[in-house]
This record gives sequence, C-alpha cells and structure tokens, in this order.
Amino acid sequence: MTNSSQVPGRLIRRQKLATRITHWIWAISLLFLLPSGLQIFNAHPILYLGDQSGFTFDNAVLRLAGFPGWVTIPSTRDLATGRVVHFFFAWIFVLNLLAFFAMSWSNRHLQKDLTPTANDTQHFVQDVRDHLNLKLGHGVRYSPLQKFAYGGVLFVLFPLIISTGLCMSPGMNAVLPWLPEIFGGRQTARTIHFAVMVLLGVFFVVHLAMIVLAGPFNELRSIVTGYYRTSPRPKKGSCDV
Amino acid sequence: MSKVIISRRALLRASLASAATLPLAGCKALDFLRERENAMRQFMIRANTLTSRTQRLLLSADQLAPEFSEADIRQSQFANGSTDLSGAEYAALKEKNFDAYRLQVGGLVERPAEFSLADLRNMPVRTQITRHDCVEGWSCIAKWQGVPLCAVLNRVGVKPTARYVMFHCFDAIERTLSGEVLYYESIDLIDARHPQTILAYAVNDRPLPIANGAPLRVRVERQLGYKMAKYIARIELIADFSRIGNGHGSYWADRGYEWFAGI
Repeated sequence: MTNSSQVPGRLIRRQKLATRITHWIWAISLLFLLPSGLQIFNAHPILYLGDQSGFTFDNAVLRLAGFPGWVTIPSTRDLATGRVVHFFFAWIFVLNLLAFFAMSWSNRHLQKDLTPTANDTQHFVQDVRDHLNLKLGHGVRYSPLQKFAYGGVLFVLFPLIISTGLCMSPGMNAVLPWLPEIFGGRQTARTIHFAVMVLLGVFFVVHLAMIVLAGPFNELRSIVTGYYRTSPRPKKGSCDV
Repeated sequence: MSKVIISRRALLRASLASAATLPLAGCKALDFLRERENAMRQFMIRANTLTSRTQRLLLSADQLAPEFSEADIRQSQFANGSTDLSGAEYAALKEKNFDAYRLQVGGLVERPAEFSLADLRNMPVRTQITRHDCVEGWSCIAKWQGVPLCAVLNRVGVKPTARYVMFHCFDAIERTLSGEVLYYESIDLIDARHPQTILAYAVNDRPLPIANGAPLRVRVERQLGYKMAKYIARIELIADFSRIGNGHGSYWADRGYEWFAGI
C-alpha cells in the first residue's frame, strides 16, 4: 500500500503482556458468562423496576418468552448448572479486572494509553466520521474513539455489571445495603445487569467488525504477540496530495 | 499483493464462519457440565466455597438483611414450589386449624421438646418486613412474624457436637417410584442464631396461609428463598449430612444447587 512518497509503517511493540493476558481472560470468561446468564434469565424471563416483582401490580419493563437453547449454557433448561458456570466465571472476571487495573496502573497503560487528552476531545468528532467512512488508521496510540469505547467498557460497563450482579446476592445485600438502593432496588439492578449485558454484546460485535475491517492479521498479532504495524506515513518534505 | 488479499479474505471468511458456529457447537458441547460428578463441574463448583467464605468474612454474625417499611408491602407473598399438600397427616392437621400440630425439636439437643403453635406464640416475637428473593430471579416484600429460632434452640439446648439445623417438612416435592421425597433443608448454626432467622407463623398480619407454608416456615433472610423451608414438621440438630438425602444437606443442594445460597 506504500508508494514513493510514503515511509512504510513501523512494526512497534504496542500491547504489553498484562494487557494481552487480561484481554483473553475476559474474552473467554464473557463467552461463558453471557450464555450462562441467559440460562439464569430464562428461569424468570421478566424484568422489573423497583425492589420487587409485581405479581398483582405491573412494574415490568420487559417480558420475553426466554432465549433458545443454542444461546444458553447448558443448552437445555438447567438453572443449577447455569449458576455453577456463571459464578465460576464471574469470579475470574472480577479478579481479572482487579489485576488489570493494578497492572495497568503500574505499567502506565491506564495513564498513557487509555486516559483521554485534550487532543482526543478535539479530534473526537473527526475520528467518529473517519470510522463511519471506514478510514481506519493504525496509529501508535489508540484513536479518540478507541479510547472512548475501551474506556467505556473498562471503567463504566464492567464495574456496572459487577455491582448490579452483587445487588442480586442476598448475602451481599446484608454487607452493602446501600448498593441496591443507589440503583433503585434489586429488581432495577437486575434490569440494569441485563441492559449492560446487551451493551457488552453490541461492543463485542462492533469490536469484531472493526478487527476484520482494520485488518484481522495485524490486529490479532498485536493482541497475541504485542507487535503492531502502524500505517504508512507521508515522507517528510513531500507534499500531501 | 494479490496473495495478501486472498489470504486476508480467506482468513476473514474462516473467522466469520467459525464465529457463527461457535455458539451452536459451544453450548451443546458444554452439556456435559450438567453431570453432577463431572470433574470440570466439580472444579467450577469450588467457586461457591470461595463465595460463602468471602460472605462469611464480610458479614458479621448478626449483620441484618435490609428491612423495609409498611409502604413497601404492595402484594400478598407470592408462592411457588409446593403450594398445597395432599398427605393424610397434614390434611388432618389442616382441618383442625393446626391445633394438634406439634413442632418436634430433636437430634443433638440436651432436652428434646415439642411445641404447639400456642407455645411458639407465647415465646419472644420478632416482626420484620423483608424481601424474599427466589433463585429464579423474582423478589417479593412481605411482613413476617414469628419466634426467633435462637429462642427455640436455647430452650432445647444445643449439644456441642451439633453443626447444622435440619428442617424436615410435610410437603412431598417429588414423587418417585420408590415413594415420596419430602422437602428438607438445612442451615448452619451461624444463620440459625441470626436475629432475623425466625420460625414464622404469620405473614402480612395474618396466620401463615397454606400456600406460604402453614403452619410454620423458616426465614433465613441473608439467603435465597429455597433455604426458607415451608411446612416444617420437625427440626433436627445434626453434625453432618451423611444420612440426609444424597449427602449435600438439602433437597435442592442434592439437585445441583448451592447449599450456601447467599448468592
């Protein structure tokens, strides 16, 4: 893709080992958490607002017939097994997030790569436009939209899905009685848990699409080996056409 | 150049194809986890030990479950599981308004005893408005009234060897070829002596209805609904679960659910 007026992209070491390992642990645990969560949801496929479920009054916000067997773990109705799988991977998911924050703070991934700068805010709209036009550059650093998406998942969606999950535990309700309160009650927390699952699903689909469109080989190499080839850049002094 | 395009396209096609079949193959392929003795399941289930130990660490012995106000009671207590009973013994008790009912408390106790409903009503009373959380996912708020289990245990004197309180119930939750399986559930002595753990004989200011477990059900407010056995016939103090069901200490624990249901 290079021509005489460009310098070829460099092969840089982009992703640190801690980032790569935690990324794949998340990928695997979410692959189990989502279908086992749908299994648990199927035991009572109605979502409500408030502390309780209305049986003689209506506070439902969503009523579904339940998810089909090909998206649940296990594939047949089995709440007990769904809970075994869900809580096992929930522990892994939570410990992985704590490990990620600790390691990414000490290796400065959080500060250097994920924290938005003034420059990011300035170029955010342009970056959204570029992504919509599928003009996907390969910079040394994350683009403003990437920072927004990854930051949103790591700092908003992940903590939200964990804290709303904890709200559903009667034991944790006794430990942290204020936690379901801030979400508006246990059943609202359950509804938010479901909504965040949908958002994470949307992120997953877009994330995969971006990898495919941006060049799956280079993208996968960076999250497996750490090495990433940046886009060719115009030669210094040559005019930009 | 063209080589790169082909391999990239092939990679794309291959990755999309595998991504599409992953859930299909994946979920059926994991059905082996349903088998109780499967080694992978046994490994995963150890996360529940981590959960119960963590909760025990974070919760002091008498830290209370959230309580609610009268205004939060918006419906009668929803009932599932057994909601009516057909056994002759229970039918006879029901007919006489449970006047002949005697709660038997035995096992590893100093002074085995029987309690009528009147006896229980004359003991200390605790009233609490709490939220009942079912393992299925629904919740319901109701006002429960009964005698703290601790008071009953003090009356009979728990032997030092006792570790669990076992509830033997009237309701046949399952009928098999070898006969009826009566509901059974157990809690440890920490939960048994918790101030909110009561033997409830009233809900929402009325005697406990049949559907909610008349004449007596236990409330274990820091755990899920299935721990709160209904239709209690007999209480037994035990040291271990070896002689109970399949050895996991409760009807649902014997069927793959967590014995500790704080999650």
